[in-house]
Amino acid sequence: MNKTILSVSLCLLIIEATYAQKFKSSVSHIRFFSDAPLEAIEATNEAAASLIDSDDRTIAMIIPIRSFSFKKKLMEEHFNENYLESDNYPNAIFKGKIVGWDGSEGVFDAKALGTLEMHGVSQKITIPGKLTKTSQEIVLETKFNIEIADYGIEVPKAVFYKIAEVVEVTAKLNYSVYEKN
Amino acid sequence: MKKIKLVFVFLSFVFSTHAQEDLLSILESESPEDKQYAIATFKSTRIINGQSIETRTQGTLEFIISHRFGTLNSGVNELWGLDRSNIRLGLEYGITDNLTFGVGRSSYDKTLDLFGKYRLVRQSNYFPITATFFASLARNLDNRADESGLERNAYTGQLLLARKFNDRLSFQLAPTMIQRNRVESLDDANFLLALGIGARYKITNRIAIVSEYTPVFTDLSDRFFNAVAMGVDIETGGHVFQLHFTNAEQSIEKGFIGEVDQNFWDGGIHYGFNIVRVFDLKSKRRSFTD
Repeated sequence: MNKTILSVSLCLLIIEATYAQKFKSSVSHIRFFSDAPLEAIEATNEAAASLIDSDDRTIAMIIPIRSFSFKKKLMEEHFNENYLESDNYPNAIFKGKIVGWDGSEGVFDAKALGTLEMHGVSQKITIPGKLTKTSQEIVLETKFNIEIADYGIEVPKAVFYKIAEVVEVTAKLNYSVYEKN
Repeated sequence: MKKIKLVFVFLSFVFSTHAQEDLLSILESESPEDKQYAIATFKSTRIINGQSIETRTQGTLEFIISHRFGTLNSGVNELWGLDRSNIRLGLEYGITDNLTFGVGRSSYDKTLDLFGKYRLVRQSNYFPITATFFASLARNLDNRADESGLERNAYTGQLLLARKFNDRLSFQLAPTMIQRNRVESLDDANFLLALGIGARYKITNRIAIVSEYTPVFTDLSDRFFNAVAMGVDIETGGHVFQLHFTNAEQSIEKGFIGEVDQNFWDGGIHYGFNIVRVFDLKSKRRSFTD
């Protein structure tokens, strides 16, 4: 009897080790783009960190606002100082669940349902994307729009470069098997 | 069999709690503490009259117009100062993010000035202040002045030390030395020591109150005063408008330190403004690669 319990436990532990896996982002590219009348505003960020649990398909992501890099440094300063107020709200945080994916390997048109917290405001959001899973890796690709007014980001009328009210966010993240440090 | 079932239930319970372990808290505990520099300690390269620690970033050109009207106490016939004006036109270029060179021309004494500004150290979560070194040469080019050669020159050296205490409050101290090769009277020293004291308080993201006081420690004759200045900065994208009241008529160091002949508290106040426009000449494009 004891032997049976032991072997079942062992078996389950092995199953856990295979299935309850976490994947951590090793490479991340996030870009936002806003097509404003005077000049397009574009920034990239490679400092986002994310984890996916393939067991319950949850996902979390932290995007440091200060790591958005603009080609014009003054624009970057205004982005941090005047719009995102990154001294007070240093990170954008997404937490959610991936639907349209059962945790198995393959290519999926999936959606992430969850909350995006940015500039101190949390909003429910659905992010469509493509998920590719192999045994050791997950790749996420997504493109979606954000209305900046939803996050309490004000655009005054008297600025010299007009800022579009909708920004397009493109992201690609590569995840590899997460090992606890 | 019952026992196995129990173990199974127990283990699946263990799994479910395990899976719910918060991904966010793992991420937060693992994210490294990055070195983060303080940005926008001041909105402009000038607090009001004096230089701020800010330098232009590499490849950006700044055009700055500094305008000072006459004094408010000059009476109705002078339209309380609006009839008179002194103007300085300046260009500043960022050679690197830390090194800026500038040139300016003031209508007062037809003075040409050249300067260099080098940021020595930046405030970050590892260091409390930003320090910038400033050095300038100002030369009086007025044909009417009976000065010759080096007599027309004045030199300024400043160490600008500033701290951004929080997203609103910034404070700056600027130990200053000035060598003027020629002074108007024997009572005045050629070499001056002074301290620029400046502060900025942001009211909104784009509007700030600024003030500046520049005591001179070297004895000057009684007709000279320390420069006082108070103003508002308004930032609108690529422009900064600085509107202010000051008893200094000139916008360069040798002028607003040691040559201020108006008493601020007696109505000797010049209404003035700086308009700063920044141009990005060299855009560093970072491509987004798949």
